[in-house]
Amino acid sequence: MAAVSLDHGLILAAILFVIGFVGLLTRRNLIVVLACIEIMLNAAGLAFVVAGARWGRADGQVMFLFVLAMAAAEVAVGLALAIRFRHSLGRLDVDDADEMKG
Amino acid sequence: MLQLLWTVPALPAAGFVVLALLNRRLSRRAAALIGAGFVGLSAVVAMLIAVSFIASPPPGHAYHQVLWTWFDTGGLRPQIAFYLDAMSVIFILVITVVGFLIHLYSTEFMERDEGFTRFFMYMNLFVASMLVLVLADNLLLLYLGWEGVGLCSYLLIAFWQKDVKNVYAGRKAFIITRVGDTALIVGLFLLFTQLHTLEIQPLMAGAAKNWATGSGVAVAAAALLLGGAVGKSAQLPLQTWLPDAMAGPTPVSALIHAATMVTAGVYLIARTNVLFTLAPDVRLAVAIIGTVTLLYACFSALAQHDIKRVLAYSTMSQIGYMFLALGVAGWSAAIFHFMTHAFFKALLFLAAGVVIEALGGEHDIFKMGGLRRKLPVAFWAFIIGAASLSALPLITDGFYSKDLIIETSLGAVDGNAWLWLGALAGSLLTSIYAFRLVFVVFFGDQQTPVTLRPRWRMQLPLVVLSVLSVVGGLVWLPGWMGGFHPLETFLDTALPVTQTVASSFAYTGVSALLTSLVAVVGVALATVWLVESRAALKDFAARPTPHALQEFWLHGWGFDWLYEHVFVIPVKWFARVSRNDLVEPAVSGIAWLNVQAWRALSASQNGLLRVYIGVAGVGLAIIVAFVVLR
Repeated sequence: MAAVSLDHGLILAAILFVIGFVGLLTRRNLIVVLACIEIMLNAAGLAFVVAGARWGRADGQVMFLFVLAMAAAEVAVGLALAIRFRHSLGRLDVDDADEMKG
Repeated sequence: MLQLLWTVPALPAAGFVVLALLNRRLSRRAAALIGAGFVGLSAVVAMLIAVSFIASPPPGHAYHQVLWTWFDTGGLRPQIAFYLDAMSVIFILVITVVGFLIHLYSTEFMERDEGFTRFFMYMNLFVASMLVLVLADNLLLLYLGWEGVGLCSYLLIAFWQKDVKNVYAGRKAFIITRVGDTALIVGLFLLFTQLHTLEIQPLMAGAAKNWATGSGVAVAAAALLLGGAVGKSAQLPLQTWLPDAMAGPTPVSALIHAATMVTAGVYLIARTNVLFTLAPDVRLAVAIIGTVTLLYACFSALAQHDIKRVLAYSTMSQIGYMFLALGVAGWSAAIFHFMTHAFFKALLFLAAGVVIEALGGEHDIFKMGGLRRKLPVAFWAFIIGAASLSALPLITDGFYSKDLIIETSLGAVDGNAWLWLGALAGSLLTSIYAFRLVFVVFFGDQQTPVTLRPRWRMQLPLVVLSVLSVVGGLVWLPGWMGGFHPLETFLDTALPVTQTVASSFAYTGVSALLTSLVAVVGVALATVWLVESRAALKDFAARPTPHALQEFWLHGWGFDWLYEHVFVIPVKWFARVSRNDLVEPAVSGIAWLNVQAWRALSASQNGLLRVYIGVAGVGLAIIVAFVVLR
């Protein structure tokens, strides 16, 4: 199996991160926003794994497990938030939650 | 026993703290118990201390208790320390005992008022501040008590704060006494820069050693202290706050006039007597201020028709007597008069309070009348108080102290006939206005129905103070009565002996006879004018000249009008015209700039999560770029 080079892995992670970030900035649906955050998290996880493989260390994969666990927790909280959001505002548009504006 | 000295001011202060912390959670009963209880305990401790002080005097006839160092900076190292000598013994006794009686009286008097706890809170703080003032061993601690007294007087005069008139009266008292306080603090600065300490005893010793009699610096220091004393003791020209201070509840007036506050000036001058001895000119000024004030206040009192304002002017004139005594170096005589005055003035105010309460808050004496059968206790108390105030011979305490002052004003080395004549004339006027009050309020036809009778908590203080007002003077009898004078002997351990001319006319007994005579004549005149021929008096008062004079005296010789036109209106005018000067745009420019900055910043807070994330991302990108490309 041909090893994936560090550069390719990091470029892919960067592309994924930017996709997630742009989605975060442009999409207004709360579910999609959560999905974008998920993509960004996985981009960071990918960077860990690739870097760990480059130096032949297990740390990168261990970190990825942490990222996974955190992402799971985040999804649980995020989805609960989405349900409350829908309940109180009737829609899932994040721009509706602008009551804190100065 | 003397080690307990610190608890004398600490107990009322503790009462204040407890009442302040528990304020609304306390029932009226508990608040009354705490308020009066702590002052009562303090009175018990003060009495024990006095007994032990007299029975076994500490070395040097003074006890010094250092608690801790207040602060230590730039060579100024004041301590929280108390100094007890014969003079402070008399003061703490009078303050705590009379203070306690007034507190006891207030528990019934204030029964139906809002802010019952708040009232006792301020009263306790008032007593504590005054005790700190008279016990302080350095002038800075004295100044703390001095300002505490000023603050409490403001809070209590304006106690019924829902009527804006009362608040103005409180403010007036605060601001006018502040004029004197400013002089006092400047005096303290002067003393500290010259003698490098504020501790009273070393300070006095230093002044006596380094300054020549009549030297400029001694005169300046004494004059500045006198300024403070004049403000606090309501002497000319800073006297206008005292009549208006009657806006407070009656027990407050009793406390201000008898036990605390107005006698602070007398204490200050007696305490710093060395400075005043070094400045004979200032001492002469003290005597003249006292004499002029006592006459001024007597005339004003004659024209008042608010029962409490008559008493207010009478206090002013009695403090005038004390100043007169201080001015001719009769230090002990002033303290003696302070003591007797505290008894009979508290008595008069508390009796007046009974009358005012009984008639549902009526202050006008011409709407009273005929109360001698309805309110017998108040009547007898008032008679005793008025007799004492007029110095009726032999049976009243006021006679002994006032006679002593009148004799000293002539017989002392610094005394002269003018002061003596002024004091005698004041005594005549005093007995006229005192018995005018008695006859108008308690005799004649009843005008207003009595709705409320005092119960024991208001009657007991009257009885005790009546007894004190009769026997209080027996501790210092004049020479022609056998010369029994333990108070003089006691005070001589703390205050210099008055230098007198033994051969003076004052000590031939004629002066005492005259003092007795003018008091009796005054009472007789009041009887003739107000009982025998009241209609004729009314006709006389309606004529243009007497009427104008009465109006003039009623308004305190127009001092309020004068100050309004000389100080208040020009200051207001200046404030108005300087509103649009050059500084104004600069100051409001800063405010405008802040408003604009606030607008810009709050516009960025648009509440859109996506924008926040975008800005955070851009910021992160800039930081990363900066770190990587550096």
